[in-house]
Amino acid sequence: MAEQVFTNMTNGGPISVYVKDGKIVRIRPLQVPEEELKPWVIEAGGKRYSPPKAFRLAPPGHAERNRFEPHNRILYPLKRVDFDPNGERNPQNRGKSDYVRISWDEALNIVSGEIKRLTDAYGGSSITGMTSSHHNWGIVGYKMGPFSRFMNMLNYTPILDNPDSWEGWHWGATHTYGFQWRLGMPEQFDLLEDALKNTEMIVFWSNDPDTTRGTYSGQESAIWRVWLKEKGIKTVFIDPFYNYTAAAMDGTWLPPRPGSDTALAMAIAYVWITEDLYDKEYVAEKTIGFEEFRQYILGESDNGFVKTPEWAEAESGIPARKIRALAREWAAKRTCLSSGCRGGQGSACRTAYGTEWARMMVLLQAMQGLGKPGVSIWGTTMGAPADSNTWFPGYAEPRGQMGKSNIAKIKLSLQNKTKQRLFRLTLPEAIMTGKEDFWGDGFCGQTLDQQFIHNVYPMEGHSTVKMFYRYGGSFMGTMSDTNKWVKMYQSDKLEFVVNQDCWYGSEAKFADIILPACTNLERNDLGEWAACGGYTTNAHIGNNYRVIVREQKCIEPLGESKADYEIFTLLADRLGMKELYTEGNNEDDWARLFFESSDIAKDISWEEFDKRGYYIIPVPDKYESTPGMRWYAEGRECDTPDTGNSKRGTEKAKELGTYSGKIEFAAESLRQNMPDDMERPIVPHFIPSWEGYFSEAHDKYQLQIIMPHPRFSFHTHYDNHTPWLNEIALHRVEKEGYYWWPVRINPVDAKARNVIDGDIVELYNDRGSVLCIAQVTERVPAGVLHSYGCSAKYDPLVPGQPGSTDKAGCVNLLTASKLLSKHAAGMTPNSCLCELRKWEDLRNG
Amino acid sequence: MARYGIVVDVEKCTGCHSCFLACKDEYIGNDYYPTSAAQPNEGHKWIQLKEVEHGTGTKIKVDYIPVMCQHCVNPHCITSNNADAVYRRSDGIVIIDPKKAIGRKDIVNACPYGAIFWNEEKSIPQKCTLCVHMLDNGEKTVRCAECCPTGALVFGDLDDADSEISKLLVAKADKVKSFKSELGTRPSTKYIGIPKPFIAGEVILSDRQCDCVKGAKVTLKANGEDKVIEVQTDFFGDFEFKGLARNTDYTIKAEYEGYYPIELTVRTHASQNVGELVLKAK
Repeated sequence: MAEQVFTNMTNGGPISVYVKDGKIVRIRPLQVPEEELKPWVIEAGGKRYSPPKAFRLAPPGHAERNRFEPHNRILYPLKRVDFDPNGERNPQNRGKSDYVRISWDEALNIVSGEIKRLTDAYGGSSITGMTSSHHNWGIVGYKMGPFSRFMNMLNYTPILDNPDSWEGWHWGATHTYGFQWRLGMPEQFDLLEDALKNTEMIVFWSNDPDTTRGTYSGQESAIWRVWLKEKGIKTVFIDPFYNYTAAAMDGTWLPPRPGSDTALAMAIAYVWITEDLYDKEYVAEKTIGFEEFRQYILGESDNGFVKTPEWAEAESGIPARKIRALAREWAAKRTCLSSGCRGGQGSACRTAYGTEWARMMVLLQAMQGLGKPGVSIWGTTMGAPADSNTWFPGYAEPRGQMGKSNIAKIKLSLQNKTKQRLFRLTLPEAIMTGKEDFWGDGFCGQTLDQQFIHNVYPMEGHSTVKMFYRYGGSFMGTMSDTNKWVKMYQSDKLEFVVNQDCWYGSEAKFADIILPACTNLERNDLGEWAACGGYTTNAHIGNNYRVIVREQKCIEPLGESKADYEIFTLLADRLGMKELYTEGNNEDDWARLFFESSDIAKDISWEEFDKRGYYIIPVPDKYESTPGMRWYAEGRECDTPDTGNSKRGTEKAKELGTYSGKIEFAAESLRQNMPDDMERPIVPHFIPSWEGYFSEAHDKYQLQIIMPHPRFSFHTHYDNHTPWLNEIALHRVEKEGYYWWPVRINPVDAKARNVIDGDIVELYNDRGSVLCIAQVTERVPAGVLHSYGCSAKYDPLVPGQPGSTDKAGCVNLLTASKLLSKHAAGMTPNSCLCELRKWEDLRNG
Repeated sequence: MARYGIVVDVEKCTGCHSCFLACKDEYIGNDYYPTSAAQPNEGHKWIQLKEVEHGTGTKIKVDYIPVMCQHCVNPHCITSNNADAVYRRSDGIVIIDPKKAIGRKDIVNACPYGAIFWNEEKSIPQKCTLCVHMLDNGEKTVRCAECCPTGALVFGDLDDADSEISKLLVAKADKVKSFKSELGTRPSTKYIGIPKPFIAGEVILSDRQCDCVKGAKVTLKANGEDKVIEVQTDFFGDFEFKGLARNTDYTIKAEYEGYYPIELTVRTHASQNVGELVLKAK
């Protein structure tokens, strides 16, 4: 049979899938005839910059075929051998016991039977569930569609997301400049052009865009950084890790101790204030509260404590002279602050009191005229020219979800009667103790005031949760203090656990029933590259082209796996709710309805789109650039396509999202709601970490470990399921037949512990123990370890025993449960102390 | 007639490994007779990235160097013993015949670049074919270059003066090198910017240690040579000399008006961070 080519999408870009004799033989970046691509041109400094006529996938996307193959796929429905829904359930054996293959009929009967039993006895609130992030791509089949529609139909208790990866920006930066509708990250429109035309220096602060890639935009922006380097723009990298972007751009490296970034930022502000190096006109007109801030920095308040470069040197290890030099150059040049791959993100915001660092990032740029030409907060991964007015649904926005969109006759996701909520980071505590409280609404993207809501579980009139429906994911590698997830799963308070996934994630074998889902290569769907929508509006500007793909079923699902929509339809049928759930639609019906609700239906027919497999939205011939925050700096009404900005188009269109509408050195939202919170004070403070270089635990555990996002996988996706990645020695390293997770250690620390490159080492503290393979390198300074917090494999030496040493590199077993601060519910994986010792020593001794 | 090759711009390679994975995708499980048999599921790296970390402290650099079959004009893998099994096509591509080379493990060891791998199961030596099956099928690119996000891998016709690859070789002629050219292999694969040792450090003034010194003069001279290279410290007080010869003694002199100069000799057995040079006030 001749080779067929199908189109599909990954979380790192669009692909062409080549199929022969019912097998996927190879996968390439989406193949589009060159003449169909009309790249934009930016003219700057007498040069013309234009992207290649090709799409640049994220690295693991090139291994999609290998990930799809059956090595680690869930192929059949499974039941834990000692789970009997009508007898002994043995929850204490979750994580220990084996599984037995069962039929789909039996599996569906057990799951629907449990749903019915619990709903009848306790109501829908006794059921909870949550999805993974981005293991698949598509509107019809991916999480917020079928899962949300089904679970809300049951009136389940939702688990609110943690804004993880940008916690400090969400809980902190929003109180300085708004952008709560972007969860604290700044708009990035047209900042590539601004940088090429105007920027003279880029300070990358806790940011490795070559690795984190604007999240879903593959490597589209890699060429932009080549241009910036060739242009000779000076770069500085503030990061405890000599990251890949630093390596590529060959900039100056300043490695602060983890957790000291806020001190460093305050010392820069000190230099600017004392040497008169800031934009006083901007500060006077565009900001409020500067005087309070000035007093804090200069020690006129705060008991006379002055935030000098010498003080910051003691905190960070960066010489005071370097801090002064950086501050002076920053003020003298048009400087872009690149503090996270989307502008706001970065390891430094995922530490104790990480809110304060993120607030300081905004305030530093405010002192230099944020929004003026060349003076931006820009991650270097977003901001390409694009048509941002043509609308196509993204899976994270209501109009892109089958339970909320107008294309649904019954908006089931909006009709959930249960008002009770749980929070992802404290789910184990809530389950095990039966009570929990937390601040905020998870993603507080509607108003700043959402952050001040106090949630109490269980909510009056609701049941505690007794069933956990887990869909995809491997939280053992990514959440904090993850031994508590093992304990949670073994709690008898959880009467029933389902795990529905395509692959065996690290949580799969804690379930009672495992249901095999197929990937988006095995079903029909549609989606736009990178554009998830919701609180990340217009994410397509991280790509050089807007690409909408008809995700075509390439082959039959492996084994007995089924599409998520089909699984939920079968369950709904057993619950007598099939018609309600489906409205008579199959997956293709939904796909076509979504397509026809979009703006591109005016430009291409469904039939043609379905056949061709993609549509590229062209950049308008007369494209008009509207750089992010330029409007604010120039006192104009917001002119960017930032559709989440609720003031846009109103009489307040010149304002930011803060209470005052200005940048707030002293935050009015905090003054009015939590004036006495000394962990997130009205003016940002430096507060020493509860676990850091100067904390008591440092006597016992002398290494600070940081756990950024990974380079060769995405969250936990691709790792463990994609053996090809195991041959990249920067991802995993083979030794004695096992693929170990690397930890980077400075030669001084390695020598002191008698460790050499390639040794298996144990990382340990009071919370956990993990084995890694040592990579001895100058890329981390003495006293600091680096290991990606994203292992998809959890492989404890004693299966099912909380606290057991893990062989597979789940370094988050070591991190603390403590949140950013009392009222800021974000995680803190980069405030972690541990020790390291050679594992062979222990094995032999 | 075209003559195909790849230019590797090391200065642009970020070590993303897309090429490595795309190569696996093309060849694992896929036979392309008569030019290649399927690559085994693991162990082969027809294109691999060598990570080179140099320097110490905060003065470090990390480079990635893609290494694959160099498609030599004088390939060492072709000998009088195996001329039937290994051949160079008129378009410059060197092919190991997957049928005729069965059992010929000696071919693996003949390659000075370590670019040939032994397939245990099929008992054949295997390597990069420059995606010849795609080119013969009318495609204009090869898998590794197709997916390179920065243009670090450029594929094309070396004989076509108008090709991107030829223009690049002209534009960066002073930086173009062949790998192990001393062996006489004459590779068709060319490298731009193969990393060389650097010497870096910082100049500090003894009585102004709270500030960095910008504009201090630092000179470098290879011992026994007359040529002097002069740089000035940047706003961090840092200086750097790149692209130096290996295993050479260099004399460095740091000067600033009103201060006693410091002179020291450094040997480039590797890149060197000479640290802080504190100039005493006169």
